[in-house]
Amino acid sequence: MSSPTPKPRLGTHTMAGLEVPLRAGPELVDPGRIGEPGAMPFTRGIFADGYQGRLWTIRQYSGFGTAEDTNARYRFLLEQGQTGLSVALDLPTQCGYDPVDPMARPEVGKVGVSLSNLAEMEILFDGIDLGAISTSFTINGTAAIIYAMYLATADKLGVPREKLTGTIQNDILKEYVARGTWIFPVRPSMRLIADSILFANQATPRFNPISIAGAHVRDAGATAIEEMAYTLANGLAYVDELERRGGDIAKFARRLSFFFYVHQDFFEEIAKFRAGRRLWAKLLSERYGVTDEKALMFRFGVVCGGSSLVAPQPLNNIVRVTVETMAAVFGGAQSIFTCAYDEAFQIPTETSAEIALRTQQILAYESGIGRSVDALGGSYVVEHLTNQMEDGIAAVMQEIDDYGGVEKAIEDGWLQMRIAERALERKQKVDRGDTVIVGQNFFARDDSERGVGETFQVDPNAAARVLEKYERIRDTRDAAAAERTLAALGRAAASDDENLMPYLVDCCHAYVTVGEMVERMKAQWGEFQEPVRL
Amino acid sequence: MNTSTATAAGNGGTTTPLRGKRILVAKPGLDGHDIGAKVVALALRNAGAEVIYTGLRKSPQQIARVAVDEGVDAVGLSILSGSHRELVRQVVECLRAEDAADIAVFVGGTVPQEDHADLAALGVRGIYTSDQPLAEVIAALAAALG
Repeated sequence: MSSPTPKPRLGTHTMAGLEVPLRAGPELVDPGRIGEPGAMPFTRGIFADGYQGRLWTIRQYSGFGTAEDTNARYRFLLEQGQTGLSVALDLPTQCGYDPVDPMARPEVGKVGVSLSNLAEMEILFDGIDLGAISTSFTINGTAAIIYAMYLATADKLGVPREKLTGTIQNDILKEYVARGTWIFPVRPSMRLIADSILFANQATPRFNPISIAGAHVRDAGATAIEEMAYTLANGLAYVDELERRGGDIAKFARRLSFFFYVHQDFFEEIAKFRAGRRLWAKLLSERYGVTDEKALMFRFGVVCGGSSLVAPQPLNNIVRVTVETMAAVFGGAQSIFTCAYDEAFQIPTETSAEIALRTQQILAYESGIGRSVDALGGSYVVEHLTNQMEDGIAAVMQEIDDYGGVEKAIEDGWLQMRIAERALERKQKVDRGDTVIVGQNFFARDDSERGVGETFQVDPNAAARVLEKYERIRDTRDAAAAERTLAALGRAAASDDENLMPYLVDCCHAYVTVGEMVERMKAQWGEFQEPVRL
Repeated sequence: MNTSTATAAGNGGTTTPLRGKRILVAKPGLDGHDIGAKVVALALRNAGAEVIYTGLRKSPQQIARVAVDEGVDAVGLSILSGSHRELVRQVVECLRAEDAADIAVFVGGTVPQEDHADLAALGVRGIYTSDQPLAEVIAALAAALG
């Protein structure tokens, strides 16, 4: 592959198309719009003491093969100083299929760990103190089930539920748009999400029952402005749903959290986080009359890496992740996941996973960039871009409102189409050389290594072991209890207003499998019909 | 099955090397990453092909059926979950069972270099990754489909 031109240009606009002033000056800064750290409108962060009070959580997304394999990786990461767990689940678990299902078989244990029932989760967390570590699950279609399973695991280990901390992603709206692990139609899915949030507010007050995520639409093609706009719009849709269900916004809003992607455009990313935090607080305050400061706080985690990582010359990805992590720190993230350099093409090896972890530790404890709260606050360029970003996000949110809201935009496939078109534009910019990817469309070497050193292979026998364990649990569990709890779940799903969470927890305790619970709910609600548009 | 068909409008001449070709872009298995499939589908359409896209979560049987029913020249399978070996083998077998082994099969997504030879042995005519320019993919398809 030859490079389009020998020397790329610096450019004058951000990736989302915002013009970057060559010489920014004090005329671009309006102190009234900025405020102070830890106070409305939270431009400068949600805590007055920034990272001195509490460092961001170092949380590496990890999971593969069997629960035993993943448990070993977790113990390794915790021994190396990781401060939170982040569970990657395989596609059958995410889409609600048991491992024996023909659709599931090729995917068992591939992109994450297989967790078909409580026995598997007991193995996953063996020797790990759930009362002391926070655990995040990237789970959506089956989020309520996995949350129920986590509660059942804690019950069995004797950990009080109120001590549990962590997050379930539980954001179905963006699954319809970008990530694709939907199961039920939009309405019953929204009900299930409200059920889990309202239940969690009572049962596990320190647990985040939702992480409204822009990362995946961004990875798919959306710009930074659209990423934040779609996410805030989805956030408001959940708020409306929870209010309809009688939830108290001053209470549930305290536990809404967010999740974003960090791309390569350094200042744009910092501006995105500052603008999103400010706009969210304003929206809740102005539209819903929220006054409780904790309920106005926009808490978010990030992933550094994703589609900005490329396969050619993969060690360059370490540098990309470092730059992105710095942007996350200057943006005030509460939790950071740094991708491993080989993540563009395989499950990370132990070595690459360790470098990703060390990247965060070096930035946290060697570089000193987190010592001062919002260290770039007041920077002419950063404040200017923050304002531009906020205006742009509000404009995209207005477009969605004008279309008829996010639910309609999703059911019609309108949002999906917009992102596909944007993805094509993004690809064409790379192909033309307007977007620079070092080692790929510029400075490429034909002989450059695509892989480096060791490669990672999920144990080829993992799926067989998962299936064997699955059959054993189905044979040995109390069949009457399983059927009784499943039947109760089916009845509750048929009613309009029963909160399903207690029924799901009962099912988990009875070793009912994820696929069985999903089938029972599908029987009541049907499945989402994907609008296929091109 | 609910699919979407699209053709390029008023886009003639040398920019449409795939004119007259019918291509099925398909997502086998549970992988929900469809943006690569959609980008390629849009690019193939712009290159003159008539493109049919299956949407997510299709079984190999469903994909083979649509390929035969729609009389396509080629099937492009998009797989990023690491399950390409099993899924490609199943699609190829299903096509053979439908007496449609002449339909060319291409694969896009996350396919490690060391798996390329095995997929080629199954009869796969081309494997593409996200870092390749779209023009390269289109040229390769045009050459393969004659």
